[in-house]
Amino acid sequence: MGARGRATLVRVLQAIPVIFGVIVISFILTRALPGDPAVQFAGAMATDESIQQVRETLGLDKPLPQQFVLYLSQLAQGDLGQSLSTGRPVLTDLASRLPASLELTLVALLLSCLVSVPLGVLAATRPGSWVDQLCRLLVTAGVSLPTFFTGVVLIYIFYYLLGIAPSPLGRLDFVYLDPPRVTGFFLIDSALAGDGETWFAALRQLILPACTLALFTLAPIARMTRAAMLSALSADYIRTARAAGLTRGKILYGYAFRNALLPVVTTLGMVFSFVLGANVLVEKVFAWPGIGSYAVEALVASDYAAVQGFVLSMALLFVLLNLVIDLAYSVIDPRFGTAAK
Amino acid sequence: MTETSLTPDALVMAAPAEEAPVRAAAKPRAAMLGHVLYVLRENPVTGLAFAMFAFFVGSALFGVWLVPYDPLATDATATLQPPSAQHWFGTDNLGRDVFSRVIVATRLDLMISVAAVAMSFVIGSVLGAVAGYRGGLIDVATSRVLDTIMAFPLFVLAMGIVAALGNTVANIIYATAIINIPFYARLVRAEVNIRRDAGFTLAAKLAGNSDARVLAFHIFPNALPPMMVQVSLNLGWAILNAAGLSFIGLGVRPPTPEWGIMVAEGANYIVSGEWWLALFPGLWLMLAVFTFNLMGDGLRDIVDPRQRT
Repeated sequence: MGARGRATLVRVLQAIPVIFGVIVISFILTRALPGDPAVQFAGAMATDESIQQVRETLGLDKPLPQQFVLYLSQLAQGDLGQSLSTGRPVLTDLASRLPASLELTLVALLLSCLVSVPLGVLAATRPGSWVDQLCRLLVTAGVSLPTFFTGVVLIYIFYYLLGIAPSPLGRLDFVYLDPPRVTGFFLIDSALAGDGETWFAALRQLILPACTLALFTLAPIARMTRAAMLSALSADYIRTARAAGLTRGKILYGYAFRNALLPVVTTLGMVFSFVLGANVLVEKVFAWPGIGSYAVEALVASDYAAVQGFVLSMALLFVLLNLVIDLAYSVIDPRFGTAAK
Repeated sequence: MTETSLTPDALVMAAPAEEAPVRAAAKPRAAMLGHVLYVLRENPVTGLAFAMFAFFVGSALFGVWLVPYDPLATDATATLQPPSAQHWFGTDNLGRDVFSRVIVATRLDLMISVAAVAMSFVIGSVLGAVAGYRGGLIDVATSRVLDTIMAFPLFVLAMGIVAALGNTVANIIYATAIINIPFYARLVRAEVNIRRDAGFTLAAKLAGNSDARVLAFHIFPNALPPMMVQVSLNLGWAILNAAGLSFIGLGVRPPTPEWGIMVAEGANYIVSGEWWLALFPGLWLMLAVFTFNLMGDGLRDIVDPRQRT
């Protein structure tokens, strides 16, 4: 195994203590409930027997370390508890709703990368021009926009005023049937089924919420791209490349952009943190049936197992995404693992 | 040992390190004022941001007495009126004056964010200062705990904390404070760490000052300029966070006027065209966040011109 492989392995191993920490915090959150957690978990309709039953399942009659071991073993079996409002295991609920959230998030991120990266590059290559000013305006406005407010404004403009967007209720208009479930991504499933009409309908529903999320993530990516490009363009190797007479395109994309990409990829980790939070708000605004709106419904209904299951799975997803980002980093950066450790 | 325990983020933040420790105090006050005026002249937007900040503070302090209507008074004869001379921002579904509600809400929103940021400032400073000054096991333990908090998507963690502690405004403040602590602690830790063996620190120790005194009065003040910038940027973020939490139904309860909850209530009417219910509170929220962000950028220009992008 080379230095590169070893560095990759080290990075994967580093995720383990983080995951452990995340589990500890979510354990603390489930036990920090005011009053008797068993009463809270059993819900408003609980009888004495059901409370007693919850107490035994959670091991609340045992000392804390033992409770934690029990919690760990339940997690290992994928048991996040029962949701009070749906009556199904929380894990099943989350798994059935996750594709809706992922589809929204990924489309939004793709959209925002497609806009913000070129914008940042253009702004950096033409400092002071109108592109630069536009970039600056978008960056400052973008971080100030409350996601839920952007969503409401977009609904007003495109649904009420212009009438070109479908009603902001869920993933698919009620006249269409859900495509046969393969991946859970409606765009992919309907394409696999060869159903162009449903595909288009799903896309129409997706555009507004995806744009809302994308507007929110535009700012940090564009800002970082611009800053990274500026610092790459002022580096010595760019001066050398220019002196050697390389073409403008080669210098910009072969040299500057590849180096500027590294900090941008690192920023994506932070952007994911924002996106997973903003997702909850956007899903509420557009009645999007993802895990975010599931958590909001659970919060309103004081469905604790569901909320804590949501928090834990989002945190694990985020740890995983950061790991993927770091591994992508190792692919982009040829120096990865060769630096003196 | 100090170098190996630095996280990558701390390294980035610790980069500019070589300024004289008590530069600001050594500089004549007039020169500082001149510099502030210069920054304001160069970038009039910063001046605008400070003016808007004054406006928001004014609405928070005196808004309750200045608004034309009682923010809770309903009027069944004037429901869902569009903006007019009587009701500048229109009325809502119960006939309450939206303008009065938006202005009165300023106090609650600012209070939540200021209280949360103040808490994270104090706790983060103490944790970061002790970790950076002591190093060793305390440092490692603190950094690990903070890293674990940062391993959560922060808004989601805030949701979880509010759900666990109970659905009240005070818990919104605690949750917002907890998710912001790592930013302050890391910043202070890096600033303290690079100065713990500096000449002026050793001199202060040699003169017989206790560790706590050296840390609090000799090292910590050097971390204040970057902290101020962080506070300003963070205030905007804290308002967004709190408004987001109340938008999904946590913390503030109706009929209390609060921007997030007003947007949530107004969102139900947007599909039937009553835009003023959601637009004005949302706009105010946006302006407040915008003000704090611009102010943060302006403060950065004033306290540290090198970090300008």
